[in-house]
Amino acid sequence: MYKLLIAWRYLRTRYIALASIVSVTLGVATLIIVNSVMSGFSIEMQKRLNGILSDIVIEGPDLIGGFPNAERYMDEVRKVVGGDLAGMTATVHIPAMLNFEVQGQYFTRQINLIGVDEATYATVSDFGKYLLHPENRLRLAFDLRENGYAPDRPGFPLSGWQYRRMRAALHASMESRAADSGASRSVRPSEASGAAASAPSVPVDPTASQFSKEERRFDPAKEQHHGLILGIAVASRRHRDADGTVRDFHYLRPGDDVQVTFPSAANPPKAETADFTVVDFYESKMSEYDYSFAFVPLWAMQDLRGMVDPATGSAAVTAIQIKVQPGADLDAVRDRLRSRFPPNAFPYFRVDTWRDLQGPLLAAVQLETTILNILLFLIIAVAGFGILATFFMIVVEKTRDIGILKSLGAPSMGVMSIFLGYGLSLGMVGSGAGAVLGLVFVAYINEVADLLETVTGREVFDPTVYYFQEIPAVVEPWTVILVAAGATMIAVVASVLPAIRAARLHPVEALRYE
Amino acid sequence: MSESNSVVTRGSIESSSAARFAPRRVDGPHDAPPAPPLLAARRLSKSYRKGRHSIPVLRGVDVDVRPGEFLAIVGQSGSGKSTLLHLLGTLDAPDAGQILFDGNRIDSLPAVSRDLLRNRHFGMVFQFYHLLPEFTTLENVLAPLMIGHGALAYLWNRRPFRERAAELLDLVGLTHRRTHRPKELSGGEMQRTAIARALIAEPRLLLADEPTGNLDRTNGQEILGILRTLNRRRGLTIVMVTHDLSIAEQADRAVRLVEGKMEAA
Repeated sequence: MYKLLIAWRYLRTRYIALASIVSVTLGVATLIIVNSVMSGFSIEMQKRLNGILSDIVIEGPDLIGGFPNAERYMDEVRKVVGGDLAGMTATVHIPAMLNFEVQGQYFTRQINLIGVDEATYATVSDFGKYLLHPENRLRLAFDLRENGYAPDRPGFPLSGWQYRRMRAALHASMESRAADSGASRSVRPSEASGAAASAPSVPVDPTASQFSKEERRFDPAKEQHHGLILGIAVASRRHRDADGTVRDFHYLRPGDDVQVTFPSAANPPKAETADFTVVDFYESKMSEYDYSFAFVPLWAMQDLRGMVDPATGSAAVTAIQIKVQPGADLDAVRDRLRSRFPPNAFPYFRVDTWRDLQGPLLAAVQLETTILNILLFLIIAVAGFGILATFFMIVVEKTRDIGILKSLGAPSMGVMSIFLGYGLSLGMVGSGAGAVLGLVFVAYINEVADLLETVTGREVFDPTVYYFQEIPAVVEPWTVILVAAGATMIAVVASVLPAIRAARLHPVEALRYE
Repeated sequence: MSESNSVVTRGSIESSSAARFAPRRVDGPHDAPPAPPLLAARRLSKSYRKGRHSIPVLRGVDVDVRPGEFLAIVGQSGSGKSTLLHLLGTLDAPDAGQILFDGNRIDSLPAVSRDLLRNRHFGMVFQFYHLLPEFTTLENVLAPLMIGHGALAYLWNRRPFRERAAELLDLVGLTHRRTHRPKELSGGEMQRTAIARALIAEPRLLLADEPTGNLDRTNGQEILGILRTLNRRRGLTIVMVTHDLSIAEQADRAVRLVEGKMEAA
């Protein structure tokens, strides 16, 4: 009883000790904030990555030519994965070059061209979620929509058929004017060959695209090429205007035509070029993907690259993507698939989970979190030394009281537990206050960031740099509990030495102490 | 008090004390047959180390304290009387010799048992009061009970404990001071609080180390009055250490400690 009362009285009268645990409070608060933000980042990123990538990817031996008879392999996968299978689709991934023209100037981009199956691709990833047109989000289609792109995004330029017709009319009027004036100057032939790559006139050129082999005039106001869904950052620039708001400038918009050059499936591959019409943008907010992905229909890809066996009519693919049922053990499914498609057999197949593929990125985030945790725990450990010093002072100051307690029959263990209990209660007060502070901070983290912004005039969280508009924060209860318990432990450990010293004090000498 | 002064006082009282104590002992309640001693010291010796040198303080002290007796141990400063009291109170361990309480040896008990003994059976009063500064008067009085009981047991018995403390504060005349802190009390009040604290566990023996040493005559007499009342009315056995012969006179019996050895007074 006396232990509690004394510890309580010391707690109430020794404010210096409370000062010594402020560092514990701050350490705990910082740890909670950092962990919440880091796990918010990491969870958000994993969610995105997993949403973009399917759970498991099976890649064939030939990444350019692909492997035929995808259906046979998919049947095999169905057998192996069984009830854990939630969705499956075949894709073609190849590197490609994208050309487009904006106001007479040509731009070239390096892209990853992905042929996806409209019907099944949505079953393996959240692909649709990242598209701009609401109807494409619901049901993926490679047809240009009339209008209504990105309704939640004010300032998005006019797109779709409306825009395409407008542009076609403009081009037509410019062309007829050029023809009128050009006829008299007789420069028409050279201009026509020079304009071979320009978007509206490309289909006229019989060598430019297979589409135009049909030998008829392509009318851009009424027709489109194969649809292409472009990563939003491929042809746009994000910048900050004078008043500081972040704006996107789009070089292209849905309704524009582009030219894509890609390797054919032949051995050795040859460059093939085809026209596509941008039908939507893809914005996953993972810049790596937004800067490089372009999606086209799988059948068009197979057709254009010569992946269809003319004898059997079966088309080749480069990868099979699998989605497993939620809650299924991803690694176990992968291992089952690996044993079915062993890496040393021919044809050689690679089976990887999305975690395997994004391993370095996830590991980097994990490493960062670990290092920050170690550093911050060192801060709390430093606070522990502060507590140690303060407690030694209190023990010296209270030497006589310790002697009194011992003369009244308090056992050494009891005296020790006073100081241990004192350390424990200080630690609990410190880490409790830290936990509350940290949780409040996390709850209002974006408001705090805004406040810091207005105070310092510098943007704390720059959405042009990060993937997210707001700072993501996820509080994991176990982290909070562990951090608070750890800090309390440090306070207790720091009070062990002073407590032992107090317990060892000789009662007679302690009583004599002035 | 200066050395020469004490010598003079001792000389003057030595003769009278024998005459004065002798009849009282005959009248006393613990006349023949002599009761076995409640507390006894046998050939106690203790020395302190100072660097290389060992300074002997007690050299074979024998004391018998009979139940119900008020014994004064008189000695000059540095005669080792406080050390003796600490040994008797098991606050310190003798180098040689034995201490018997109720016929059982207590100096060789394990620390936990000695703590229990001090808490349950010994009450202690010191020259410098030794109250806990963070506690109120009432809490200081209750401290031995808090130490002797676990938190739950204490809370369960809180009401009777508080009543007992209130009675004791009433006995020492401090009822109006129960919520004050030690620094708000006078020396006499602090010593009275210390006495109440020493009595709260209903000990069988009160050990008092110069209880009046820091007080003026009036307050000193008041404290002594309380001790004598306790001895008479409650039959409390008291061992008091003092350098002041006029104080020692008021005990039932006085023994003298000279250069680490006991001399009959």
